[in-house]
Amino acid sequence: MNFTTPAVIAFLVVLLLAPAVAGVATRTKSLLTGRKGAPTLQLYFDLWKLVQRGAVFSETTTWIFRFAPVLVVATILLAATVVPLDGRLSLIKFSGDAVAFAYALGLGRFFLVLAALDTGSSFEGMGASREVTFASLVEVGLFLSFGTLVVVTHEISLSGMLGAPFALHWTANAAALVMIGACLFALLLAECARVPVDDPATHLELTMVHEVMVLDHSGPDLALILYGSALKLAVLGAMIISVLIPRANLSPAASIAVLMLGLIVVGIGVGIVESIMARLRLPKVPLYLAGASSLALFSLILVLWNPA
Amino acid sequence: MTHSTLQLLLLLIVLTDFAVLGSSRLSACIRWIALQGAVLGILPLVTEGGLTIHVVALAIGTIFVKAFVLPGFLRWAIREAAIRREVEPLVGYMGSMLLGAAALGAAFAVTSTMPESARGSLVVPVALVTVMIGMVILITRAKAVIQVVGYMMLENGIYIFGLTLARRVPFLVEAGVLLDVFVGVFIMGIVVFHINREFDSISASKLTELRES
Repeated sequence: MNFTTPAVIAFLVVLLLAPAVAGVATRTKSLLTGRKGAPTLQLYFDLWKLVQRGAVFSETTTWIFRFAPVLVVATILLAATVVPLDGRLSLIKFSGDAVAFAYALGLGRFFLVLAALDTGSSFEGMGASREVTFASLVEVGLFLSFGTLVVVTHEISLSGMLGAPFALHWTANAAALVMIGACLFALLLAECARVPVDDPATHLELTMVHEVMVLDHSGPDLALILYGSALKLAVLGAMIISVLIPRANLSPAASIAVLMLGLIVVGIGVGIVESIMARLRLPKVPLYLAGASSLALFSLILVLWNPA
Repeated sequence: MTHSTLQLLLLLIVLTDFAVLGSSRLSACIRWIALQGAVLGILPLVTEGGLTIHVVALAIGTIFVKAFVLPGFLRWAIREAAIRREVEPLVGYMGSMLLGAAALGAAFAVTSTMPESARGSLVVPVALVTVMIGMVILITRAKAVIQVVGYMMLENGIYIFGLTLARRVPFLVEAGVLLDVFVGVFIMGIVVFHINREFDSISASKLTELRES
């Protein structure tokens, strides 16, 4: 436990700003496609509206369906505590917490999938199957990226990999780390159900991947799931910022300012990708993820080759 | 400075190798191989030894041939012969990508057993990767046009390898550039003989069945 003030503030900043990051992405997309678009803070209004409503549960569902939304947010919060959001130390740090990070997200997804299957809807089952397929491929790239960071820093906690000692290794491994950043961004788009993999704005159940799984959730449950997705985007975005901009030498205030600016840039990046790219056909998605993984593999080979 | 620029350019070459492996459109493949040609042209400028007229001429010649003339030829071939714009691989894109990743591992593994002088920089492993991925493309793609792209990549790999010797044996490098002429002739062959018109296909797998009946 490292409850230093900057770490706590950075954590709260990410929790509070998360819906705005998703809002920036949507806003960028609407501006680039010449539409007026919803306000940047629309997700906050949506969450507020949903929280005040009651929830409707199908008679075929069990406790899993009611439990899943809480667990989704809880696991993402857990994952957020092991990421050094302020650029130095995470709230919780232990040896091998990178694996905990990956599987906390995995556990949340597992329960989301169970809840989708629990409704008995065939559309939701289809979405669940696609989501799990893509997620298993994301893992390859994620762990190759972690492996590269481990080789670079000789640390096996995320705080060690991305926190204070990390900056020393940047100059020697700049090319590999830029590739890791690119790989993580590609994985973020897949993990957060963004455009080349999934389209958050689609209205047809057959083409949905992530969105179709949450069709039966309503009221506060839906609010939790929407907030969870936004939070996941923000946490993964913060991780990319930590890889690309080591902040250990900045003052805490400057570090948090960089984090906030970085999150906005990530949001804009996601929005730009959504505006200029069409969604990939489903059989093409594994190729996209394999491409991202080979990027990570290449950087791993590179740092093993040149362990300076 | 020069050293890190060299590393960066070599990484770009590997990334273009993979981009060609993963692209499903002929025009995209040609665009990537043109980019690779341009990066390749800059390479001799940043290797140690400083700028001499010989090196600058080599760079300009390479960029002109590899980034403009040959890709231009290929685009013209596609347009003239009205070839379908997809790659249509024999081994799927996913499989090719895995083969490419295996080639990457093999190249670095092989280089690590080489003498000290070869292990100093990324030049040798990148040359090997480019040669191997060029081979993968030659073997796994059925269309003649994309096989030419694979051949060009193979030749690019040999060129990178020759770069390690460029100071001592400039002739070898120039011979590499001359090999490009052969590629040019190869492309011309596709168009001039109008394989497509004669046999309704430029798929190399069908060329084995040519016989008078």
